Amino acid sequence: MRFEQFSQGSSFLHRLDTRVKLISTFFLSLVLALCQSDLTALAGLVIGILLITAARLEMRQVCYRLLMVNAFVGFLWITLPLSYPGDRVFAVGVLSISSQGVALATLITMKTNAIILIITALLATSGTADLGHGLERLGMPRKLCLLLLFSYRYIFVIHQEYQRLARAARLRCFRPGTNLHTYRTYGYLFGMTLVKSCHRADRVRQAMMLRGFKGRFLTLNDSIPVRNDLLFLGAAVAGAFCLLALELGTR
Amino acid sequence: MTNAPLILLQDISHRYADAENLILNKVHISLSEHQRVGLIGPNGCGKTTLFHLIMGLLKPLSGTVRYKGKVLAGDKDFGELREEVGLLFQDADDQLFSPTVLEDVAFGPLNKGAAPAEARDIAQQTLKDLGLSHLERRITHHLSGGEKKLVALATILAMHPRVLLLDEPTNNLDQQTQSRLIGIINGLDLAFMIISHDYDFLVATCEDLYLLDKGHVTSGHTSHLHTHHHAHPHGAHPHKHGDA
Repeated sequence: MRFEQFSQGSSFLHRLDTRVKLISTFFLSLVLALCQSDLTALAGLVIGILLITAARLEMRQVCYRLLMVNAFVGFLWITLPLSYPGDRVFAVGVLSISSQGVALATLITMKTNAIILIITALLATSGTADLGHGLERLGMPRKLCLLLLFSYRYIFVIHQEYQRLARAARLRCFRPGTNLHTYRTYGYLFGMTLVKSCHRADRVRQAMMLRGFKGRFLTLNDSIPVRNDLLFLGAAVAGAFCLLALELGTR
Repeated sequence: MTNAPLILLQDISHRYADAENLILNKVHISLSEHQRVGLIGPNGCGKTTLFHLIMGLLKPLSGTVRYKGKVLAGDKDFGELREEVGLLFQDADDQLFSPTVLEDVAFGPLNKGAAPAEARDIAQQTLKDLGLSHLERRITHHLSGGEKKLVALATILAMHPRVLLLDEPTNNLDQQTQSRLIGIINGLDLAFMIISHDYDFLVATCEDLYLLDKGHVTSGHTSHLHTHHHAHPHGAHPHKHGDA
């Protein structure tokens, strides 16, 4: 498992205040997710490409990430043109491809990629911990923020625990197959991982209590947004409004 | 022992819900200011349970826990003790939950009410004292086992405790990290109690000794570990004696 592969860097976007990035992402992706015109989606895609360039990330990894997302989009390309009712542009026997289906699949592809690019450029350039603190300072429910921080911290430990168990099973000549023994063994492995995680959660709670935790995470870096942050926020929100105007204008 | 004991357990008995026998049976233990005590006993004899009872993580079946002479009952009483008594867990992964080392060490001071800048100073100073400054920005789960243990100790020391309870601190540590830990512990001006199966480590760090077995405690002196070293259960294994 690899996390936070984009969080280290020295670009302008890496240094932005997390709250500014969260708000910008929210507005831009909200407009893009709801838009229905190709032009808006295309404009969003351009914004996404500009941002990802500004973030100066390793392009190979960005492409790999896009590829993973577009694997899901691929399923839409298989189903939508065939199933969406509309004008037939091409037909083989009972199968027919509708132009509306193709248009819809194109729109979804552009929207998806635009949003992923924006999220990668803006959110993936912050560490999970900073995002958690940023969300909390934006007034998100504290419990959800804690959940995010702890999931991030302990997913590695739980993953390691699972691997330890799986290794132990392998060393005793366990070879997965399509049989009841395999299903039962995996059931035990998952179950045992769950039990262990539960015990660990208990011990972590105790450790936190002993160090005076009273339900609120206090943070060391209480940064204040500087001029650059506010400028970026202004630009991003303005960008979101432009997209909205474009959308309403082309409807 | 001229001072009044800091921690005093009187007639403490405890039994786990699923067990038949008492794990601790009228145990009496005390720890005075600056006293250095080792706690040994076979696996599963209740050593960790004893620490958890002291910290108020478990409630005893009967008996009292006193801190500086005061009987502790509710969570609020134990809150006072927890500010001054630090417990180092067996598994450092349980203790390090913040993303970065610095944040984790600053967690305790922040909770005690220090301002962010002040907490940062305390954390940095503590790491510096332990020679761990280079780990400050590191992600906690990427540390090695030895580093995790030392950072976990730093998170406790940053709270400026008067008493340390160390639960098998040398587990899975290499010889070099062990010696480093001995150096750190011996340089502390605190009272502490150490659970360990490592006799050499106890001889190097402690003066007094509690032996816990079958729910009962007997006390002794670590020098007995020198004079009777052939009688102890690890006698068949090659290891050093007496040069601590």
